[in-house]
Amino acid sequence: MTQLISTDVAVIGGGIVVASAALALRRMNLAVTVIERDVCGSHSSGVNYGGVRRQGRSISQLALSARAHEIWSRLESIIGIDGEYHRSGHLKIARSQADMASLEIYREKTLAYGMDLQMLDASDLRKLYPWLGDRAIGGSLCPEDGHANPRLVSPAFAAAARRAGADIREHSRVDSIEKDGQSFILTTQSGLQVRSAFVLNCAGAWSGKIAAQFGEVVPIEPIHPVMVVTEPLAPFMNLSLGVEGGGVYARQAPSGNCVIGGSRGFALDDIRARPSRSAINLVLQQTVELLPSLRHAHIIRSWSGTEGSLPDKQPVIGPSKTTSGLIHGFGFSGAGFQIGPAVGEVLAELVRDGRTSTPIEAFAIDRYL
Amino acid sequence: MSETLNRETFKPVIVGAGPAGVRAAQTLVRFGLRPVVIDESSIWGGQIYRQQPLIFKRSSKELYGFESGRADSVHQAMADILNQIDYHPDTLVWNAQDHELDTIHDGQTSTTPYSHLIVATGATDRVLPFAGWTLPGVYTLGGAQVCLKFQGCAIGKRVVFMGTGPLLYLVAYQYARAGAQVLAVLDTSSLSDQVAATPRMIAQPGLLAKGIYYVAWLRTHGVPVHRSIQPVAAKGESHVTSVVWRDKRGEHTLECDAIGFGYALRSETQLADIVGAKFEFDPAQRAFLPVRDESGRSSIPGVYIAGDGGGIMGADASELAGELAAFALIADIDIQLLSPTDLQHIQTLKSRLTTSSKFRVGLDRAFPFPENWADNIQDDVIICRCEEITAGEIRHAVTELCALELNRVKALTRVGMGRCQSRMCGVAAAEIVAECAAIDIKEVGRLRGQAPIKPIPFITEPETLSVHKQGER
Repeated sequence: MTQLISTDVAVIGGGIVVASAALALRRMNLAVTVIERDVCGSHSSGVNYGGVRRQGRSISQLALSARAHEIWSRLESIIGIDGEYHRSGHLKIARSQADMASLEIYREKTLAYGMDLQMLDASDLRKLYPWLGDRAIGGSLCPEDGHANPRLVSPAFAAAARRAGADIREHSRVDSIEKDGQSFILTTQSGLQVRSAFVLNCAGAWSGKIAAQFGEVVPIEPIHPVMVVTEPLAPFMNLSLGVEGGGVYARQAPSGNCVIGGSRGFALDDIRARPSRSAINLVLQQTVELLPSLRHAHIIRSWSGTEGSLPDKQPVIGPSKTTSGLIHGFGFSGAGFQIGPAVGEVLAELVRDGRTSTPIEAFAIDRYL
Repeated sequence: MSETLNRETFKPVIVGAGPAGVRAAQTLVRFGLRPVVIDESSIWGGQIYRQQPLIFKRSSKELYGFESGRADSVHQAMADILNQIDYHPDTLVWNAQDHELDTIHDGQTSTTPYSHLIVATGATDRVLPFAGWTLPGVYTLGGAQVCLKFQGCAIGKRVVFMGTGPLLYLVAYQYARAGAQVLAVLDTSSLSDQVAATPRMIAQPGLLAKGIYYVAWLRTHGVPVHRSIQPVAAKGESHVTSVVWRDKRGEHTLECDAIGFGYALRSETQLADIVGAKFEFDPAQRAFLPVRDESGRSSIPGVYIAGDGGGIMGADASELAGELAAFALIADIDIQLLSPTDLQHIQTLKSRLTTSSKFRVGLDRAFPFPENWADNIQDDVIICRCEEITAGEIRHAVTELCALELNRVKALTRVGMGRCQSRMCGVAAAEIVAECAAIDIKEVGRLRGQAPIKPIPFITEPETLSVHKQGER
């Protein structure tokens, strides 16, 4: 039996971008229906590393990221839980003088964005973070960056949107989207027919198919970042860590477990993914270099997920160039968690005003068309 | 017959050296194959026929009682083929990918390729918590038995055994025989359950007789047996000092210094999951189990599941299942390798397994899973002891956060996220979710398998020698 729903905005997906957009749209008094294939926050928004950092992002993302930084500062009042969000600081480690030089160049380029990056040398590191391995010869600290628990934050974001009046339909896979004059008609496998003036395409790794239906084919590829987690350890790592030039990244959760990400897993099917042997081995090896005190710790769990990545590692954010009323927000390429809440607000502004105060030109879909 | 079996082409690997794994290995050897046998223990036998440390000299009769003949036979079968297999004791399989198993032995990781895989990973205790179960002095029945069988020590001097299942009476009997003071056996199932099950259990009169013998022996030696009980709590400050239970006459307290408890067994299925085998819900065992045909073939070609690891069947049936899985493997290589005698033997094995499964139905009837367990668990009882997650926190995820599926409940509460990776708490967590959401246990689903199957250290040294053989003992 088909259930007919008429709404202002239909949002496809259920991640942090979707929940934030739905909340913002509700604040604008627009009717929102969220259509999620599985359950909200169960894919990349819920299983990512949990980094909440501005440092390391492309300059083009920093305005969005700054906007998100302000939203994160109010997280608990928005979603009702602290989500284990902690502004621990984010240290990007240099392993060579060349790394130091590129961190310094980055710092100069980002001065306008209030990140307050601080360059640290080897003796600073030994003094402040004696648990760091010798390979770290310096680094750049972003004091107000940090980390949170995506398992908690993303579902809570969706719950907040629901409380605000968003109609959230889980276990609903979109089967078809038609444009009928001024409105869209979305049909789901679960028997919904949703008619709306706007559609937000925020379906993560699966957004490419939706964009393609409207003649916008982008080279999005699924990626499968790998995370491992240690047994709970006494608190020692009072920072979220990254490495200049790539490598593992690590944080310690309030429960004492260290979450360490790096490398890539493999797809089991279109939806599920798993860490590969080589990824786990690489993460184990590189972690010990970075954090020698973990030598004798155990990993108790590993996981991966499915995320959409674009060749320039930048998302697609903004209106469709072929279809009015369709707005994209996807392809975060493994770095969507921090900016997600700001992207949601931007998408809501695009619906209401057709424009946004936050620069997003760099993310227009036509860079690939 | 071995001329078509090229040992270079076929590298079967058996994981587990209990009754199923040993019989599988023995059968493959008979066909000229040289299987790799990987086992977590330092010596074969599995949990049921676990061997004592070398310096211990108890007789097999002392260790295994009625089962000493079977135990000796399994031990000897393995001893006889040691130089025809590649045996890797003390070795954990922690992951699998692309026809290779990831193992760790003595801090060294390596990969073991396989052409065929027999998963004989056995079982662990099925744990249903009760208030105070995390106190020192409270053990699972299996744990209590291992103490006795392996280290030759008891979990306490004044011991109570509680729960249900055949192991309840066996362990109580073994403890009493070994000289411990068994204060009581507290069974959640009823006498009428056991009477009603008898017709089915007649299928294997030998096993039935043993069961009756243990109960009768306990009674004649003055050990009280209380049925239709409900565990209430283990009490004590830093160690258990008493157990409280309830029956229709009211609440009772018994002072003791140790409790062994459990509710039969649950299958160890993580490896089957990681290799991608299809699972289905088994209503009798209230668990999702790898799908297998009557010979043990899983849904993945070349992967076989034998013994308790594919569904609880008991030690005798596991021997049959191990042998059958090996025959299936041989048949899948080339059916011509099987002689008419082999084919006839396979039929015998199958019919014996069928008989055994009838007995199993009887056992499940005699010692039913306490389906009302979750109703009686108070919110403050810890379900997941690794992460210290209470029943109340799980219920909160169901009622307030709308989580009706086990992976979601795990994500929101951390239940099953700790060192045991839900081996200890998974059954109970699922029961709480089903009770709280008022849905069938099947609808709750099962937790996704994740490497490592058990914790592995960061520092591992890549192995240079791929084979480390166990010397003659």
